[in-house]
Amino acid sequence: MIREVMTANKAVAEAARLAKPQVIPVYPITPQTTISEYLAQYVADEKIDAKYVKVESEHSAISAAVGASATGVRVFTATSSQGLMLMHEILFAAAGMRTPFVLADANRAISAPLNIWNDQQDSIAQRDAGWLQIYVENAQEALDTTLMAYKISENPKVLLPSMVCLDGFILTHTVEPVEIPDQEPVDEFLPPYKAEHAFLDPKNPMSIGNLADPDYYLEARHDMQVAMENSIEVIQQTCDEFAEIFGRKYGLVEPYKTEDAEIIFVAMGSLCSTIRVIVDQLREQGEKVGLLKIRAYRPFPVEAIDEAVKNCDKLAVIDKNVTFGIGGALYTDIKAKIHKEAYGFIAGLGGRDITPDSILEVYEKTKNVPEKEVTWIGLKEE
Amino acid sequence: MVDIPDKNLLAPGHRGCAGCGASIAVKLALNALGENTVAISATGCLEVMTTPYPETAWEIPFIHVAFENSGAVASGVESALRIQGKENVNVIAFGGDGGTVDIGLQSLSGAMERGHNMTYICYDNEAYMNTGIQRSGATPFGATTTTSPMGSASFGEDKPKKNMPMIMAAHGIPYVATASIAYPEDYVNKVKKAAETKGPAYIHLQQPCTTGWGYPSDKTIEMGRLAVETGSWILYEIVDGKFEITYRPDERKPVKEYLAPQKRFRHLDDELIEKIQKYVDAECEELGL
Repeated sequence: MIREVMTANKAVAEAARLAKPQVIPVYPITPQTTISEYLAQYVADEKIDAKYVKVESEHSAISAAVGASATGVRVFTATSSQGLMLMHEILFAAAGMRTPFVLADANRAISAPLNIWNDQQDSIAQRDAGWLQIYVENAQEALDTTLMAYKISENPKVLLPSMVCLDGFILTHTVEPVEIPDQEPVDEFLPPYKAEHAFLDPKNPMSIGNLADPDYYLEARHDMQVAMENSIEVIQQTCDEFAEIFGRKYGLVEPYKTEDAEIIFVAMGSLCSTIRVIVDQLREQGEKVGLLKIRAYRPFPVEAIDEAVKNCDKLAVIDKNVTFGIGGALYTDIKAKIHKEAYGFIAGLGGRDITPDSILEVYEKTKNVPEKEVTWIGLKEE
Repeated sequence: MVDIPDKNLLAPGHRGCAGCGASIAVKLALNALGENTVAISATGCLEVMTTPYPETAWEIPFIHVAFENSGAVASGVESALRIQGKENVNVIAFGGDGGTVDIGLQSLSGAMERGHNMTYICYDNEAYMNTGIQRSGATPFGATTTTSPMGSASFGEDKPKKNMPMIMAAHGIPYVATASIAYPEDYVNKVKKAAETKGPAYIHLQQPCTTGWGYPSDKTIEMGRLAVETGSWILYEIVDGKFEITYRPDERKPVKEYLAPQKRFRHLDDELIEKIQKYVDAECEELGL
């Protein structure tokens, strides 16, 4: 094990190296770019024994990933924003064809207006594709989650692809100390992938990606729902196994000072670091407040959330995305599944800073009951 | 005579129309390639008629992902097979004219440029037949389709066919050919050559379609023959940049003989037929036929 200062993009590339993918089809896009560069260099330097497929678009990156994964090898790809939007159609195919590969998404806003900075609209827009989505808070978590994502996706009870979502620039271009595990324990944790459900092999011919008429389609989609439900337990198990070998504990969610909290912030990604500081600050002032970090957004871990928020009065849900006409995606999911008084806050779109004051404003509004169910934080006065 | 193995790797009982040219196209290609082959297909007639779950007509491994990405899917399959040391497995992608010359062009261009060791066959029936005869970039001048219909202000498709094989040749790939299902020896030879080529190979295969072209279902091969005998479809190959005609009709027939039996051209007057004849003459002259 070595400890190095690096960006989350480097941490993801290191995780990909350790996971030993055999095919890496990838197309560069800001702020994912350095992932594609690191991996190209690793292949050039024989640090990974993989085919690096220099595709001409994200659409082809994801298409080649599905084709490669269908032959039964481990596959890695990464993208961001417009690239993920271009992949949209094939994301659904990848999940429907049950190809269990991993994609890192450097979360970035969606055009128009054109914007390269961070929010989480890109991955949220893919939430119905049938992919697992895990949001990470820092570079170490990005590395660890990428490794865990393979083990979760490749579990025969799951066999759905995983998206590891890391905030653009805030994580992808910010350096912090990261522990890089040795290859040996990683190999122990993550043995080579062996496809058993469907794969392309002339010795055992099968057809993959068939037409399914109304007699069969419904069942195929239901199988995916069951797999997604199964993944709740598999994610938890995998996190436990990971903790045993590497000592770092993760889960579906990460509660912080929630036991006696009256108000709990609910959020995803790097924003949780800022919120944690504010929680401590408010606690010092005698406020009973906590944070629930959502790591697994799909599957949506209803039981784990229920357990963490059972004692509180109110939830303040902060979204770095918007579902126009209703509110933030996390907020609407919480409202649908968690029976608590909850308020939604839209913040940080297109890279607008979410400052400690923004979090305090969310807290004050929630405490005093906001005028509207969904409040936009940091809007400039006209 | 070329030796065409008779082992049928596209099983009968698929859902192609009576007289379907696409099934002949695939059956012959698989005869030439044999069992050690993985097939990739774009969405289209071929995929829909051969793989209705839980059935499949494919006796070899088969994958379909979407309409516009068979070039990229094949890239992934090829890369994964090679990294596993499976150097000798043939990788063959099939796309219709829509999936190749229109919506799949970028994906295919990328695959060819990257030099994957694979063969791509465009089975060209000159319109979107799977969805009911809409025009594509490969629809010929004068043909009426449901989206280039003849009418009081229209004689049908008003642009000539996109020259896809030459676009592929411009990629500098080692093997490009045109072929016709009506000339199976020529076609099978080309599939074999393509498979033996180290690197990307492209075959543009004309494949008459009884439903879309409007001729009796027992005339598919006859239509393919007339296309070639009139010079409307020219059989050639380009090996490492060297162009060669692979079949020369003894005497080129008037294009009218090819157009007349087809419903899609039946509305054309003598003036338009003459215009098509001139297109054909110019193309034949350019290619040295």
